[in-house]
Amino acid sequence: MARIHLDRIAHSYVSKPRGESDYALRSIDHVWDDGGAYALLGPSGCGKTTLLNIISGLVQPSQGRVMFDERDVTNLPTQQRNIAQVFQFPVIYDTMTVFDNLAFPLRNRRIDEAQVIKRVEEVAATLELTADLKKRAQGLSADAKQKISLGRGLVRSDVAAILFDEPLTVIDPHLKWELRRKLKEIHERFALTLVYVTHDQNEALTIADRVAVMHEGQIVQFGTPQELFETPRHTFVGYFIGTPGMNFLPCTLDGGHAVVEGVQVPLAADAARPQNGAGGSLQIGIRPQFLKLSRAATASSVPVAISTVEDLGNFKIVTARLGANTIKIKLPEDEELPGEQGHLSFPPEWTRLYADGVLVE
Amino acid sequence: MTLRLENVSRSVAGEIYLADIDLALEPGTVNVLLGPTLAGKTSLMRVMAGLDRPGRGRILIDGKDMTGASLRRRNVAMVYQQFINYPSFTVYDNIASPLRRAGLSRDEIDSKVRGAAASLRIDTLLDRLPAQLSGGQQQRTALARALVKEADLLLLDEPLVNLDYKLREELREELREIFKARRSIVVYATTEPVEALMIGGNTLVMDRGRILQAGRTVEVYHNPATLRVGEVFSDPPMNMIDGRVADGEGVLGGTMRTPAHRHLSALNPGDYRFGIRCNHLFVARQSPADIEFTARVELAEISGSETFVHAGFADVSWVVQEEGVHTLSLGQEIRVYLDPANLFAFDRDGTLIAAPARRGASSAAA
Repeated sequence: MARIHLDRIAHSYVSKPRGESDYALRSIDHVWDDGGAYALLGPSGCGKTTLLNIISGLVQPSQGRVMFDERDVTNLPTQQRNIAQVFQFPVIYDTMTVFDNLAFPLRNRRIDEAQVIKRVEEVAATLELTADLKKRAQGLSADAKQKISLGRGLVRSDVAAILFDEPLTVIDPHLKWELRRKLKEIHERFALTLVYVTHDQNEALTIADRVAVMHEGQIVQFGTPQELFETPRHTFVGYFIGTPGMNFLPCTLDGGHAVVEGVQVPLAADAARPQNGAGGSLQIGIRPQFLKLSRAATASSVPVAISTVEDLGNFKIVTARLGANTIKIKLPEDEELPGEQGHLSFPPEWTRLYADGVLVE
Repeated sequence: MTLRLENVSRSVAGEIYLADIDLALEPGTVNVLLGPTLAGKTSLMRVMAGLDRPGRGRILIDGKDMTGASLRRRNVAMVYQQFINYPSFTVYDNIASPLRRAGLSRDEIDSKVRGAAASLRIDTLLDRLPAQLSGGQQQRTALARALVKEADLLLLDEPLVNLDYKLREELREELREIFKARRSIVVYATTEPVEALMIGGNTLVMDRGRILQAGRTVEVYHNPATLRVGEVFSDPPMNMIDGRVADGEGVLGGTMRTPAHRHLSALNPGDYRFGIRCNHLFVARQSPADIEFTARVELAEISGSETFVHAGFADVSWVVQEEGVHTLSLGQEIRVYLDPANLFAFDRDGTLIAAPARRGASSAAA
């Protein structure tokens, strides 16, 4: 396994890029340590697939270098990069048995057959494929076939990294959590460097220890799942992670307070220091589950008009209006609701300040 | 229009697609078909649309038998999982196509197309071709075409399943508001409980070609008539454990004891299967009555706003929902707290015998 360094990577599919908008990737400088489980998370068009293709060697970047440990692999083809890949759809030999499918990447490298058997049996056991080893792949379900693909990706212990491109897309929802668990177990057991590309927050946050959130060709935050949830460094992360996403309200600053629609909202001491905030357009951000809604006003609450209440069974989502702003509030299922008017408090420890979309710290 | 299905069944090559379907749908209602893959949702929609003929039973529209009537004689619009648009038509012409076929005037068409496009926020894309749109925009176009037709029956077969989850979130909310304003019968198929709750209205829970339970969405969610409904209408599925009631006491999994209070006090002595939703299991004590147990973490699934901890105890893989994002290691031990007031009790046939009392239930029913 290797440490992967993306050294000032940029890429444009246009031969003579003019502006930033011509770049699918803009200035990526990033390190993945050996043995970590990482995810690249973002919506379609954010550049995550381009970045994956640059790591795997399918695409040569317009600028920058790809380093595996101390080795510059930027111009090496995929076969010489010593990586394993698992794709969205099963890539297996239908006419071969499950055993031969799993053994293929090893036999291809002339690994000693005793070693092959040992490794295949180990991987098959982890993926619960042992009973199927002698069966032909042909007759198996889509789920089982994709498990074989996963197994083929995992079977070599000498690869620099394993790249996963949305590998659970074809898996039945009820089996997904089981495969996520398997992937995590395998990662812990074999200490693999794992890079997992997906648009699904659930998948990224569950499988990876650290997640790179991509937006418009850039990594806007690289952090643990908890950091992405609690301290989004960019408004896009606040929006993209969490259901519903973070609320953002335009504001101005006044001493230690944010002012939204003429109403003061207290901020934690360090967020509001004017030298940090500087210029740009300011917004406060808070997640729907951290807001407090009450019938009566409190010292620091702001009055809001309640427009809708959705009963989602195990919780409620209240949509409230504060001037021109719409705010989502997530409440427990049995919480008493005020009528058409309520009072909203923003706990300072969960209220973040953003300048031009970037967290003020 | 009112749509009635009487005792409808349909089999293909000996395989049951639909069995004994009885239902009546009123105009202005939204009806969610909720069930796993192969539950019969698509088959039921195709029969409603007149695309397939039932093997048995009758289809009545406004009381008139229309069982054999072709699609053309029913005023139906349908949206599929796959984005289906005319590739050589602009967004405008795609949306306008059913109106042109109906022979509306140019002005009428224009105002309807622009209205539908605005409500789905594609009004700035009207001159584009489908190939120039993202998946979400293509599906909005297909939705707009279905909506503009003002059909009596609007069928949507997992329309959001192929979209990114953020788009899905936004469109669910928009669709719910759009449906509210319509006079048609809306039928919306999904495999996801949260989508059913989001769309609201009524829910018909389906499994293996049958309707297991029907009613107001929130009511069905809180009172699953059977164990199977509890499983289908929970994601992750409801936690289940065998137990028994004797001498005013409930015993779960052989070791967890609780006095049979409140709704459990009405249970006759005997064996039960107890169910509890993952959001009613906690990692900190909530009430003195809580049963406490130690479980071993199998996985922490993180949804973005919540953490679903899978943890093993008493031969059950429990799922505990925690608000917020928390990291746990595999194999780690956690304390889990279960309030017996939140238990569902099913008998040996899987029929619901007792459901938790709900605070604020009256407001939800209003």
